[in-house]
Amino acid sequence: MTTAARAWRPPSIWPRPWIGPALWLGLVAFLAWNVLSLEINPARVARGLSRLGLVASKAFPPDFSRTGLLVSGLLESVEMATLSTLLGVLLGIPVAVLAARNVVPLPVYAGGRGIVMLVRTFHELIIAIVLVKAVGFGPLAGTLTLTLTSINSFSKLLAEAIETIDRGPIEAVRATGAGGGAVLLYAVLPQVLPRVIGLTIYQWDIHLRQSTIIGIVGAGGIGATLYNAFSRYDYDFALAILMVVVAIVLVGEAVSALARRWVQ
Amino acid sequence: MLDVTDLAKTYPPPQRGMMGDAALRGVSLSVAGHDAVFIIGSSGAGKSTLLRCLNRLVEPDRGSVRLDGEEITALGGRALREARRRMAMIFQEFNLVERLTVMENVLSGRLGYVSLWRAWRRRFPAADVEAAYRTLARVGLEGFENKRADALSGGQRQRVGIARALVQRPRILLVDEPTSSLDPRTSEAVLRLIVELAAEDGIPALINIHDVPLARLFARRVIGMREGVIVYDGPAEGLTPDALERIYGARSALAAT
Amino acid sequence: MRATGRPRHWERFTPAQRAARFGAQLAVAALAAVMLARLGVRWDYVADSPAQVGDLLGRMFPPEWSFARAVVGPAIQTINIATVGTALAIALSLPVAVLAALNTTLNRATYAAARLVMVVSRSVDTLIWALVFIIVVGPGSLAGVLAVAVRSIGFVSKLLAEGIEEIDRGQVEAVVATGADRWRVLLYAIVPQVRPVFAGVAIYRWDINIRESTVLGLVGAGGIGFALNEAILGLEWRRVGLILVVVLGVVIVSEAGSAIVRKRLT
Repeated sequence: MTTAARAWRPPSIWPRPWIGPALWLGLVAFLAWNVLSLEINPARVARGLSRLGLVASKAFPPDFSRTGLLVSGLLESVEMATLSTLLGVLLGIPVAVLAARNVVPLPVYAGGRGIVMLVRTFHELIIAIVLVKAVGFGPLAGTLTLTLTSINSFSKLLAEAIETIDRGPIEAVRATGAGGGAVLLYAVLPQVLPRVIGLTIYQWDIHLRQSTIIGIVGAGGIGATLYNAFSRYDYDFALAILMVVVAIVLVGEAVSALARRWVQ
Repeated sequence: MLDVTDLAKTYPPPQRGMMGDAALRGVSLSVAGHDAVFIIGSSGAGKSTLLRCLNRLVEPDRGSVRLDGEEITALGGRALREARRRMAMIFQEFNLVERLTVMENVLSGRLGYVSLWRAWRRRFPAADVEAAYRTLARVGLEGFENKRADALSGGQRQRVGIARALVQRPRILLVDEPTSSLDPRTSEAVLRLIVELAAEDGIPALINIHDVPLARLFARRVIGMREGVIVYDGPAEGLTPDALERIYGARSALAAT
Repeated sequence: MRATGRPRHWERFTPAQRAARFGAQLAVAALAAVMLARLGVRWDYVADSPAQVGDLLGRMFPPEWSFARAVVGPAIQTINIATVGTALAIALSLPVAVLAALNTTLNRATYAAARLVMVVSRSVDTLIWALVFIIVVGPGSLAGVLAVAVRSIGFVSKLLAEGIEEIDRGQVEAVVATGADRWRVLLYAIVPQVRPVFAGVAIYRWDINIRESTVLGLVGAGGIGFALNEAILGLEWRRVGLILVVVLGVVIVSEAGSAIVRKRLT
């Protein structure tokens, strides 16, 4: 007896079989709409590409002669990043505690999460613009900006770490009749301390990157120098600054990797 | 149909100056006909290395492996892949692609025979799909084709592994400790399945196993390995306590069985 | 019964340890003080700053709702830039990630090249890439898309490569043993294992890119940043307030959407 050969298709991960292909179609249409909405001018692109050689030749060799400017800008960026990390950790720990579901009552938690979300929404440049308007140009605005943005990553990650700790010690300390502060000090913080150190190092890394660009809106650091070089068509100087920025970021990554290993 | 001559393999040491691990030190054997050959020996004896040298998942240092007259050790690239299709392997840890369904795992035995596009779209030839269904029924997993591999028990996973191997329509089965990750009752059922199905299809099998009583239940021919060489190659009845001592190195409870 | 005597003493740290801890805290505080001094901070400014910020925020609200219509276009363009940039980056990250993973790369040269691409991409901020691309293709959204794409390649491919290196090699070994070639092994044994990581990373980066795209316009690379810059230069604070509200809305909507999709895909 022969039966017709059976066919087989992989089962769909969606509740209805047509949803998968429909979503794919939707995604493709969405992307197409995005691309078309962007109004890209091919003539301009072609002209730009032909000029690429000219631009490259203007950029090489990189101009390191203005070392004074370079070094001062760099130093300012690194100092901003470091100071902001210190202040950011001081600010970030309490905010993280406020945003941890298992440590604070619900309305406080909602408030804490709200703060985190608010800071997360706005790019550090936007915050920098506002602060520059408020406290003037210079690294003060930059430091304040970066300190605030610590809430975005440091506090958020620390809050998540706090939420995953062992309930046991918290209950034990509460059972002795200790107040909230003691619970924090004895049951919560010791458990998350290793994380705090790792997150601090991570945050410093992020701040280092951020400190190189907020100068563009006048918040201190080497970003201003870079932006000026670009707008004056000083491509060789710009390339020099870029190379230094990349070097700093890489050094920062290496240092933070080392520091993290040393802490383990 | 399978002729192995003086196969040797030494794993490089983890650091310079240390000794390498001589897993195989000159192994020769022949498999003809349709038999299931059981390889026994303590761990580290070289059983797993031997099997993996046959399909070159591990590269032997020297020696010859001839399958149906073709020298496997000399093959490269495409020819090697085609040769591997003729040697199906069943693994101790099952090695199923966890996130794929049973059917996809079974059909992965036929990947070499479809175009890349069809493999991506999972459109295998009707004959292959039909063979997969039939093989799933033979291993007792009828109706399981759409279950995800990680939703199965150990015994069920190994049956999928067996189905995958059979669907390749191989010339020989290389079976590496198929029951070491299974409980005793499932072990016997799975081993019985391998031996019976191989016999039904007329495929010879090389089966690594460290459970000697289990091997004795099914084996006719036994190869015993110790420290990288073969120290016994003969009928299962010949496994006297002396022979077992040669293989395992000491009089033990094994000899009493 | 214990003999009576001096009460026993317990302390967490030995005197030497306490001195070391104190020394470390002092050093950190000193470092902070030095940096603060170097910043040239005018403390009267600092004391004034909360009031100043409050004053500024007060001038931004209530937002100028009527300006919303003019902002819709740039807001949509921001999403466009982020989406196209992320999609482009994902497509380009796939080969880079495969070559940057020790278990799938072809040889040492391809591994090094892929790692180099990742490092360069990650070390330069999106905004700086935008400045670079503006030189090449002129100001506008194309520069923005390219900047987003190039920056994202490093991020996506790094996480993807890590995911590839963490897969179960046994599953790969089995498919290799059936005689499948490199592409089929990739397709059948590696892709299914990496798929959840991939979906998570892609959506995560899209989220980040929405934020990044909001400020591209500040340097002329498209999106709502341009309108923001103009409003600030013109001191039209209530428009600034509106734009910030719109940015908040865009980010919230995109985060909600991405959370839903991520739950479905993993």
